[in-house]
Amino acid sequence: MRTDTIAAIATGLSDSGIGIIRISGPDAFAVIRRIFVKKNGAAPDVTKSHTVQYGFIYVGSNGENAYLAGDDCADPGGDKSKRFPCGEKLDEVLVLVMRGPHSYTGEDTVEIDCHGGVLMMRRILETVLQNGARAAEPGEFTKRAFLNGRIDLSQAEAVIDVINAKNDYALKNSVRQLSGRTSEKIRGLREEILYEIAFIESALDDPEHISLDGYREKLREKLSCMIGQVTSLLDSAEYGRLVSEGIRTVIVGKPNVGKSSLLNVLLGEDRAIVTEIAGTTRDILEEQIQFGDIYLRIVDTAGIRDTEDAVEKIGVARAMDALADADLILYVIDASEALDENDSRIMDMIHGRKAIIVLNKSDLPTTTDSSVITAAAGLQDIPCIAVSAREGTGFDKLRRTVQEMFYEGNVHANDEVLITSLRQKEALSEALESLKKVEESIESGLPEDFYSIDLTDAYTRLGSIIGEAVEDDVVNEIFSRFCMGK
Amino acid sequence: MAVLEENYDIVVVGAGHAGCEAALACARLGLETIMFTVSVDSIALMPCNPNIGGSSKGHLVRELDALGGEMGKNIDKTFIQSRMLNESKGPAVHSLRAQADKQDYSRQMRKTLENTDHLTIRQAEVAQILTEDIVGYCDAATDNTSSGTFYPNDEDPAGNSKERKPQKYRISGVTTVSGAIYHTKAVVLATGTYLRARCIFGDVSTYTGPNGLQAANHLTDSLKSHGIEMYRFKTGTPARVDRRSLDFSKMEEQPGDEYIQPFSFSTDPDSVQKKQISCWLTYTNEKTHEIIRQNLDRSPLFSGEIKGTGPRYCPSIEDKVVKFPDKDRHQIFVEPEGLYTNEMYLSGMSSSLPEDVQHAMYKTVPGLEHVKIVRNAYAIEYDCINSLQLMPSLEFKRIEGLFSGGQFNGSSGYEEAAVQGFMAGVNAAMKVLGREPYVLDRSQAYIGVLIDDLVTKENHEPYRMMTSRAEYRLLLRQDNADLRLRSIGHEIGLVSDEEYERTCEKERQIEEEIRRLERTNIGVSSQVQDFLIRHNSTPLKSGITLAELVKRPELDYIMLNELDENRPDLAKDIIEQVNINIKYDGYIRRQKQQVEQFKKLEKKKLDIDFDYSQIKGLRLEAAQKLNQYKPVSIGQASRISGVSPADISVLLVYFEKFGGNRDM
Repeated sequence: MRTDTIAAIATGLSDSGIGIIRISGPDAFAVIRRIFVKKNGAAPDVTKSHTVQYGFIYVGSNGENAYLAGDDCADPGGDKSKRFPCGEKLDEVLVLVMRGPHSYTGEDTVEIDCHGGVLMMRRILETVLQNGARAAEPGEFTKRAFLNGRIDLSQAEAVIDVINAKNDYALKNSVRQLSGRTSEKIRGLREEILYEIAFIESALDDPEHISLDGYREKLREKLSCMIGQVTSLLDSAEYGRLVSEGIRTVIVGKPNVGKSSLLNVLLGEDRAIVTEIAGTTRDILEEQIQFGDIYLRIVDTAGIRDTEDAVEKIGVARAMDALADADLILYVIDASEALDENDSRIMDMIHGRKAIIVLNKSDLPTTTDSSVITAAAGLQDIPCIAVSAREGTGFDKLRRTVQEMFYEGNVHANDEVLITSLRQKEALSEALESLKKVEESIESGLPEDFYSIDLTDAYTRLGSIIGEAVEDDVVNEIFSRFCMGK
Repeated sequence: MAVLEENYDIVVVGAGHAGCEAALACARLGLETIMFTVSVDSIALMPCNPNIGGSSKGHLVRELDALGGEMGKNIDKTFIQSRMLNESKGPAVHSLRAQADKQDYSRQMRKTLENTDHLTIRQAEVAQILTEDIVGYCDAATDNTSSGTFYPNDEDPAGNSKERKPQKYRISGVTTVSGAIYHTKAVVLATGTYLRARCIFGDVSTYTGPNGLQAANHLTDSLKSHGIEMYRFKTGTPARVDRRSLDFSKMEEQPGDEYIQPFSFSTDPDSVQKKQISCWLTYTNEKTHEIIRQNLDRSPLFSGEIKGTGPRYCPSIEDKVVKFPDKDRHQIFVEPEGLYTNEMYLSGMSSSLPEDVQHAMYKTVPGLEHVKIVRNAYAIEYDCINSLQLMPSLEFKRIEGLFSGGQFNGSSGYEEAAVQGFMAGVNAAMKVLGREPYVLDRSQAYIGVLIDDLVTKENHEPYRMMTSRAEYRLLLRQDNADLRLRSIGHEIGLVSDEEYERTCEKERQIEEEIRRLERTNIGVSSQVQDFLIRHNSTPLKSGITLAELVKRPELDYIMLNELDENRPDLAKDIIEQVNINIKYDGYIRRQKQQVEQFKKLEKKKLDIDFDYSQIKGLRLEAAQKLNQYKPVSIGQASRISGVSPADISVLLVYFEKFGGNRDM
């Protein structure tokens, strides 16, 4: 049975020094041959299983193949066995070649051991995806390993759990990772595409009532606009603005303990609205910040307290949701005030989680200090750091603590985040390809029914980004927009 | 009490387009078949539009013909006008449509049925289905019979049928209203729009089937008592008017095609080139719409009098006016009902408005100012089933040996009915013969798409075939239906060896010619360059194959004759295939790859009695949906709304462990 080739990051996204990218499937070796050159300039040897090779990953200057033997980058002397890379040297790596069925998945498999670091791993994985693999679905490696008999049948339930866990996370994050504006744009774009599909299809189904005369020209204009929109979405994906990656960090605390001020100091700008009125942050703010080579997706939440205010209530509920999904929690306490029942509620929630307690307002006379906190049951292991958002003190220590926790492996971002963002980017590229194909079809005078085939592809791809399936969209759109015959 | 008792291999209930195909298929396979109808004079009746085919429906008819059905042959004998629709568009959406002489259509089909061996036609209303228990208990049956046959009462016997456990039956026969008993091994239900039918216009409603024919009022209760879930659907038809009262000078003439293509692959094209009758086009206008708007309160559709769910694709004129208020006119096609009648059909103006409003509104239409109505427009409500209760073989999941097809399954249209009737008939026959059922999948035929949709997707209106429903439509063209399906028809036993051989030979010639074109190189010569320039095509820089030239949008196979010295003399249909296959090669190959992916999941079979709540790790919603639908394959499961790709992964892993889904 023919399958395709998949790739993903096999290690968690921690900055622990080494990251592994795994490629599995019939084209795994073809992919690595396109992007990897050994130290001595030779192509990787894929004939022997379980060998390790040392060399470099290259990314092509045009975003396509890094190099191809015998073509433009060939040795001017004509030695075709030697491969001369073109494009940019990306990273120094070890490549592990495993021939199927003697691999985790049972298929031909390549593992690239690279320097850890979110950015580097992302770039290498992207290069892999551009060279013939596709982003693995949640739990797909495990599924393949199982279906190829590499995991004992008795492990079926564990395998199902892995698939479910990874998928839940991906589902939650695929949409959440997109900024509100991005989803809105994609939704708008999909509506436009759906309308065109429905128009073409209704004319095909009822040619006597709905005519396609002059439609080509109209569609051509609309297409160039759609292509522009997808291109700009893709551009923003290049710069990481489409999705926010990194450690999902949530700032929580009671109202008016200075959560937003803390975020502002971390960001170095007045991003959140800070007032003296308790309950100002009623929704959730999200920002990406960089501590060295670690990215934090930092989420400021509404203060958690019992409230009657309907709007504030929603904010509190969202804060609780954000808390549940966090990789790291920054729990902010006003050191100048005593703890109350709202604090014990929050403490219950961070129990057993990766968290840092931030004692803010350390410039004021202290009522609550770290000894009071650690006395609270179960929170002894959580570091306590005194800061003053007003005076900007204590933040170096906070940054250091976050970095340490990350390097020690206490905190790590889920690798599904990155693969999800790459899947989304892949889907965008495919949507763009499909739209361009429609343009080509118009140029070359193909009939209209071919347009709707590629438009439907684009529609489906875009839907996968925001987690929407196609179902009976086209048929419903036809009936609601166009008056059919008889 | 003495009653008539007879034995048949197969009972077909209904003699419409579904019933006729079912009965013919069974009898032609040598099984003793009896077909019931409430009126022998209404066999293969066309109670609505006077045509066969049209967009995507034309595909269905050609597929049916390739499999060994009758509809294509019958319309070839009885058409009075023929057109290939969408000719300016791609080959995948070309669609044949023919105007029928309705009475002739009906008469010819009846003649065919009456002269088919093993087929008995009987005029009687079937009142009940008879079943035996397969598993578990049946609290209602025990005190009713000692022979093990369950005769359901008209009334709910224990008053608690809803509480009764899901139960499996095997069909054993039917009874008619007169009490006669017909023992049988399989039943095909094709009751069309007759079950508890009610016709309505204005405040007039009659409990009759189409055209005032007798409705069938008993069978619904018997089906319900077997746990079958029933829906109530609605459809409608426009008025028929007297040709002599129309002014055609105010309408546009719609003639047929110059060259007529037959529907059937067995019909000699030369035999159908004949004089055709025209249709006529006119339009409604603001005056028409005003009259409709003023009388909406008298429309049973809007007053709530009609409760059935109507189809969105063929709305009544009052629906159109309400839903599309911006459209200042709607097209009306005036179509002849036959050669020997003056009745004309007003396509596009179906309605259930009161009689006086109908007269007033029709008279506002140019050409219809002095119209004389022969039959009023009306809406019709009828019982049908929730088709999710069926397997893709069209057998009821819970009643072995009971099959159904056509409007009874919640579809609409003669063609949709015919193909289902055929498949239901074939599979009923397979059951009796102890052979495996035939299920066409979505990559093989529009028939497969239609049936898969019916048995997999929630359906709340009469289902109509549409090209947009077929995801692999470049492969499912009307021109290659024989190449796709003849071999299956032959294997079933309804396509003769001779017909089958002809298709194989055609296939061979197509392949050979494509290979030849791919291998024939054309050098750069002044003759070639002249030719290309003449046809606005880029001149050659170096040699090229003929196949490459066929691919150019501005050229085609026939044009290239000039450059092709060794071209064999090939039939028209072969040339067409060669041209299409080369020209659209890129798209065709892409869809073939998609089909390959699709087939993988389709091959993983599931047990329809499996309880999905057993699978730990399957989401609750998915388990509920799967338990409700009971899909037959993982492929079908993947198309159920609410079942996600991750759920499918879970199913794959689970059944890998328990061996339930080995490739078959």
